[in-house]
Amino acid sequence: MARTAIEFRNVSKQYANTSQYAVAGVNMRISEGSFITILGTSGSGKTTLLKMVNRIYEATSGEILYFGEHIHNLNLEEYRRKIGYVIQQVGLFPHMTVEENIGTIPQLLKWDTDTIAKRVDALLELVCLSPLDFKKRYPRQLSGGQQQRVGLARAMAADPGIMLMDEPFGAIDAITRQNLQEELIRIQRKLNKTILFVTHDVNEAFKLGEKVVIMHEGTIQQFDTPYGIITKPANGYVARLIETQDIVQRLKVLKAQSVMLPVDPQLSDCAFRVGTEESLHNILTYFLENDQKHVLVEDNRRGIVGKITWEQLKGSTRQGKVLSA
Amino acid sequence: MITYLLKYYDQMLMLLLEHLYLVCLSMLISLLVAIPIGLFLSRSKWLSAAALSFFGVVYSIPSLALFSFLIPAFGLGKMTAIAVLVIYNQYILVRNTVAGFQSIDASIIEAGYGMGLSAKYMFLKIQLPLALPIILGGIRIATVSTIGIATIAAVIHAGGLGVLLFDGLRMNYLPKIFWGTILSSLLAYLTNHIFLSFETKAIEKARGECRGDEV
Ligand SMILES: Nc1ncnc2c1ncn2[C@@H]1O[C@H](COP(=O)(O)OP(=O)(O)O)[C@@H](O)[C@H]1O
Ligand SMILES: [Mg+2]
Repeated sequence: MARTAIEFRNVSKQYANTSQYAVAGVNMRISEGSFITILGTSGSGKTTLLKMVNRIYEATSGEILYFGEHIHNLNLEEYRRKIGYVIQQVGLFPHMTVEENIGTIPQLLKWDTDTIAKRVDALLELVCLSPLDFKKRYPRQLSGGQQQRVGLARAMAADPGIMLMDEPFGAIDAITRQNLQEELIRIQRKLNKTILFVTHDVNEAFKLGEKVVIMHEGTIQQFDTPYGIITKPANGYVARLIETQDIVQRLKVLKAQSVMLPVDPQLSDCAFRVGTEESLHNILTYFLENDQKHVLVEDNRRGIVGKITWEQLKGSTRQGKVLSA
Repeated sequence: MITYLLKYYDQMLMLLLEHLYLVCLSMLISLLVAIPIGLFLSRSKWLSAAALSFFGVVYSIPSLALFSFLIPAFGLGKMTAIAVLVIYNQYILVRNTVAGFQSIDASIIEAGYGMGLSAKYMFLKIQLPLALPIILGGIRIATVSTIGIATIAAVIHAGGLGVLLFDGLRMNYLPKIFWGTILSSLLAYLTNHIFLSFETKAIEKARGECRGDEV
């Protein structure tokens, strides 16, 4: 069992001079190492919810716990240094080089210069920027996508366990955004960070999140895996929200392991094999192009773990839903 | 003209130094007052607008009138002169300090606090360098105008280059007027130039254009 990294206990927020709650009565536990996306339309309270975690905003009532401790009992600056923070506008310091931007917190933590330099190089490589090329540049000499990569590197400088990200790829062109999303998934797998990621883009939320929080008018409508949400929307609002996705998009975000049927490994034939992370869209394409009726799902470590059949996917397209396994 | 210079250069030098002393001291006091006020006001649009319109009204009072207002309080001499100069400077300095801090993109401030920087670090390492070009612009204009207004201070026996000008006017003696004008204009011109070069450096720094760092 993973530990609970962040827990919301009946958290509400009402801004001064407003009659409505921006966030109302949120209860939620975020396990350590999970990638959670927070999805909702503009004004649904996503940003407010996120920014109460690092106390950019203070909750009006309720409690937020960081590994079981009330965040109000923690030293604010020390606590924030354990939480990576990435926002859409990036907020790089324009008068500092990329290197200085990333090194800000390590410098404050009094790491020695050698360690900082190595750390900066490693982080730049992690976000796919060549250290030699980029270290000495100033923010204005970077494209939007590169700036956000540096923003991500800066947020990870002191190796925080938790990352808060507020629509970080919202202002970036579609192709670069795809790349950044894939890199973020890779980084999260590699470093096992706990990520809270806010977005209003259904595809992005389902692609990135192991679990998705759906917000509407300050309350949580559903907190479940993409598969759980698509197959069993909790209410009419969620159903309408995911309806805006067409069937192809839905198949793209669903992974093989979420729908596979159990299979006896001994009886496995020489059917085509796919990874557990393969999207149902690719599997459907394979069926159509090769006139096949099923594939086996293979895990790198455990071998054959399940199968997916044509009947399953056909059902999903006909009903507009993927049948549960 | 030249003979006057050769004969009285030591006296003129004294007046020039006295003028510089008046200007430097009042600029120093002005900054110590204006920067904290400006920083405080920059947090609120409403408050800064109200305070600036107040300073604006004060700024529009003619200098001779302001001198005579303050003579009962501080008497004739340097004290009153410095008080008047400090009061005048507040408008330009506070306005530019507020503008400088408000010009910083809110996302930079949010990112800084969000990553766990302290208020002191934010002020010294982030906000001040980024606001500096505009603040320096204010200091430049305020210093130049202080050099000018300080000549009027001679009327209330505060000394400085104004002594040359007013003596010259009273005695209708051209060389005094000539040298008084030349020296105070030259001082204003040079000051403007020096501060402009600081300002250019600060702009390059704030925008991330330091040439020395390029590889
Ligand atoms: N600083 C603020 N002051 C007053 N109201 C705010 C503030 N920030 C957000 N709100 C209001 O709170 C609600 C939720 O906003 P927000 O959390 O920013 O939503 P989202 O990030 O989902 O777009 C909205 O109705 C918004 O108008
Ligand atoms: Mg938002």
